[in-house]
Amino acid sequence: MTDHARLRHPGTDNPLAGARVAITGGTSGLGLALVRELLNRWARVAFVARTRQNVERVSSTHADAHGIVGDVSKKEDIHPIAIQILGSLGGVDVLINNASALGPVPLALLADTDCEDFERVLATNVLGPFRLTKALLGALASSAREGRGAVVVNISSDAAINPYPRWGAYGASKAALHHLTRIWNEELSGQGIQFLPIDPGDMDTPMHAAAIPDADRSQLKRPEIAAAEIADAIAVALLHANRPLQTVVEEVAQ
Amino acid sequence: MIAASVPVQRPGNAKLLVSEDGRIRHVPRSEFPNLLRPGDLVIANDAATLPASLFGRHAPTGEPIEVRLAGRDSLAMDEIRRFSAIVFGPGDFRTRTEERPSPPELAPGDQLILGPLRATVMRLMNHPRFISLEFQGSAAQIWEGLASWGRPIQYSHIPTPLALWDTWTPIAGLPVAYEPPSAGFVLDWNGLKRLIARGVRFCTITHAAGISSTGDPQLDALLPFDEPYRIPPSTARAIEETKARHGRIIAIGTTVVRALEHSAAMFGGAVRPGERVATQRIGAGSRLRIVDAILSGTHEPGTSHYELLKAFADAGTLSRIDQELEAHGYRTHEFGDSVFIVKSADQNGWQSDSAVAAGRDDRGGCTASSASGVRGSRQQRAIRPFR
Repeated sequence: MTDHARLRHPGTDNPLAGARVAITGGTSGLGLALVRELLNRWARVAFVARTRQNVERVSSTHADAHGIVGDVSKKEDIHPIAIQILGSLGGVDVLINNASALGPVPLALLADTDCEDFERVLATNVLGPFRLTKALLGALASSAREGRGAVVVNISSDAAINPYPRWGAYGASKAALHHLTRIWNEELSGQGIQFLPIDPGDMDTPMHAAAIPDADRSQLKRPEIAAAEIADAIAVALLHANRPLQTVVEEVAQ
Repeated sequence: MIAASVPVQRPGNAKLLVSEDGRIRHVPRSEFPNLLRPGDLVIANDAATLPASLFGRHAPTGEPIEVRLAGRDSLAMDEIRRFSAIVFGPGDFRTRTEERPSPPELAPGDQLILGPLRATVMRLMNHPRFISLEFQGSAAQIWEGLASWGRPIQYSHIPTPLALWDTWTPIAGLPVAYEPPSAGFVLDWNGLKRLIARGVRFCTITHAAGISSTGDPQLDALLPFDEPYRIPPSTARAIEETKARHGRIIAIGTTVVRALEHSAAMFGGAVRPGERVATQRIGAGSRLRIVDAILSGTHEPGTSHYELLKAFADAGTLSRIDQELEAHGYRTHEFGDSVFIVKSADQNGWQSDSAVAAGRDDRGGCTASSASGVRGSRQQRAIRPFR
């Protein structure tokens, strides 16, 4: 078997098999592709989205995934979301902060961006991931101590690096998230929690369509491809987590 | 002592009383990591706190009630229908627990309407306000109902409503505690870094800390209720390694002591990984086989938490500690100041391990036989213990 195939196998060579993964923004675009990809790799998946109808729609076709209704941009929703993630998965090994807000549509110059719109983007793209990660940090650290590995993926963007005109709110928020991720990694990787900022590239998703309605979709990456790449990156990170043999033996015995 | 009435987990001026080798001293609580030695192992309870207070109605009468979930028999996250619970009548935390009106008369089969949740009274647990209930619906529906409707259990010494985040320690993981394992409020991530930098190891257990007060002397006399706990394999290994190298085991909070000593009593002095239910009481007669020191909140004489401290220090030392806490203006309750008590060399209790090993409920046994005989005062206490 190739290394790539081994990472997707249900056996103990596949570090995602049995991993407890939470994904925000899991009912469309990249998030939905991640739900599917991780289920295919034998992970246990909980996903979060704002709209009950959408959560129920995805749950109805992906019965193994636990759907949770909640808005990560709302402070009061964070602990209820965390409780339901931990309740449905019995812990968490991987958190993917994928939910994202684009800001004003059509895309606006920063000088034309309302403060309230900018605040909403920051609440969803920066404060939401910060709060949810913080609420789940104890559970993630517990996974790390037990040798299961602990990984937080924050979905970034090339707009976090490049100053694209009209992408001000989104770009600034992703730059903040990107840096947050790197600092968090510096501070906590010593305790076994790895933080990965991942730029999935320009994808053919509802968000991209909102941003650039006349884009040539054939030139855009399919979210399924990005999801597979992200899953690979998580698998590698979990392999690096130095899982003691003991843990693997106990899991197999269960 | 003064009640800590603001939900700040780590106030900058928090105090720590240190009792070691017969000496008592006072340090800023932020100094805690400096009290530890390379090779020590610090163990905390990483249970997150459930929003375990549920307001609603007693369907047969339509009367308002507050249900406080108080326990269940396992930590399983996918089977959460059955809980034991204390039921109150109208009102909320602003009324002292002892003064809360009774709920309407409860009977098996009664429906309770608790926001989006529906529950059935299964039986009364030898008391009109202490029930076993069963929620309707799937585990996912019950989790959603608790998460959206439940509030943290709270008492009148804090006048403003607590948010859930007030009650989660920085290391909180699985939501299985009914009240916060509040000794863990001491910990923050910088503190953990400082511990590790000193060569101190850090581990956790998960222990479903139960409620600390029921407002009823008869029920309070039964505290702590049985509490399920889980010891991860990594923690069991760390304890074994630390003991082998003569390092000290430092428990953050009474629940950690209860869990580790319960396991040790069952397994001839060894802490084994796995999930079990702690049923024992710890007091003056208890022999501590695992834990060498405890970091805990300040406790009032007569509470079960105070009784537990008697396993670490003799009555004379505890009485001196009480005087020092009063004299130095320590604050009590879950957001209060702390004590760090290192077990004195002569604290070798004589409780029979067989009582625990057989799973017998020996509550009262060891405390009743304690030399100082404080057991009766537990019934008159107005102040809650905190872990």
